[in-house]
Amino acid sequence: MSSEIIKNAVRFFLLLLMQVIVFNNINLYGYVQTFPYLLFIVLYPVNSSRYGLLLWSFLLGLSMDMFDNSGGIHAASCLILAYFRHNIFKVAFGLSYEYQTIKIQAVSLKDQVVFISISVFIHHFVLFLLEAFSFSLFGYAMLKVLFSGIFTIIFSVLIINLFKMSKK
Amino acid sequence: MQQIIGFIIRNGLRLLFLLLLGISLWLTISYHSFHRSRFVNSSNLITGYVYSKMTSVTDYFSLREENKRLYEENLLMKNFLLNHKQITDNNQLNLPTLPSREINVVSSKIIENSYRKQKNFLTLKGGTKQGIERDMGVINDKGIVGIIEHTSNNYATVLSVLNTDFQIVAKIKKNNQFGTLTWDGKSTGFVQLIDIARIESIAKGDTIVTGFSSKAFPENVPIGTIDRITIDENSNTSTLHIRLFNDMTRISYVYVIGNTHKEEIQELKERTEDNE
Repeated sequence: MSSEIIKNAVRFFLLLLMQVIVFNNINLYGYVQTFPYLLFIVLYPVNSSRYGLLLWSFLLGLSMDMFDNSGGIHAASCLILAYFRHNIFKVAFGLSYEYQTIKIQAVSLKDQVVFISISVFIHHFVLFLLEAFSFSLFGYAMLKVLFSGIFTIIFSVLIINLFKMSKK
Repeated sequence: MQQIIGFIIRNGLRLLFLLLLGISLWLTISYHSFHRSRFVNSSNLITGYVYSKMTSVTDYFSLREENKRLYEENLLMKNFLLNHKQITDNNQLNLPTLPSREINVVSSKIIENSYRKQKNFLTLKGGTKQGIERDMGVINDKGIVGIIEHTSNNYATVLSVLNTDFQIVAKIKKNNQFGTLTWDGKSTGFVQLIDIARIESIAKGDTIVTGFSSKAFPENVPIGTIDRITIDENSNTSTLHIRLFNDMTRISYVYVIGNTHKEEIQELKERTEDNE
């Protein structure tokens, strides 16, 4: 159990640092910003306490908001993703799937992409909606969700599989 | 009572979620409505440390440009000094003593620069320990950069001129016509001077400087030049699009300036407003 906590903590800080140092500096044409830090929520052990997931995710989002001077938009979007992750599992893997024992790193690439895509779009939708915070910017925000989402998905899948390879 | 406890136990997860969501939405709303009361900002110890470590690496990439800038600024100063004979007499600098030090200047460095959002903030190395306080102005050799927003012991955040909440009084240098300087959130190279009465004498290329001495800036700090003029037919006022002297995407060393008389000015202002 305690090794799991350490693993989580390491993942938390690594992803946060990677986001702040590398991915926050990526911005293409004002539409593409990538947030692979949400992998923390995706990779959080399935059978662990959901209370823990909520608290960790809130802390992660709040830290991002600190670095980004962005109020509470990351905290809110991380929380919503964390709370509904349970349901995303059901949608992505079906009810028959024994999702008590899934490891995202271990499932097939197709399932991985489906699960990550749903997660990323939920997160980005909330994030950019809260960032725009006005109906006049709704269209712009939705374009950002689409383009940023695609890039976040690509980076997330790459990161997961690169780490998987290095472990083997 | 038992029912309440039972309810809390049964719905614990949902309640925790709603509580945390409430906090983050509240932070978001306060971020959008009144930019002053923000609690989560990057002037704290941890984010400041990470950003200053990052710049200690990325600084090397702009050394050549930074040197050139400093050299040019020095050239200006030298030119000024050598042309004022009484200052350089006796082979040593005799800077004229100021009657009272009204303007206080602290040097500082930007460790994190954002310019891609609607509400951009910069993070500075240097905080209350170095004498940096809220509402001080931030400039560099070319012109204005922003206004200090939050400070901690060693770091400070700056409300960038590229922030839709940024607003100061500015004027056209040649005819002293005042307007409000804002940013429309679109291009990082341009800001807008709004509420200017339509006057024929305004032309492209005119210089815009800060207006009368305010809490943050002294008078006549350069801002930029007029690039484009758009006229609003309904209200008969025009909006001037101003090309900033500063390239906000590459700024590094800055000066933080404070008006040491600002409390006095503020007090006077408040007293006058009370009387009305």
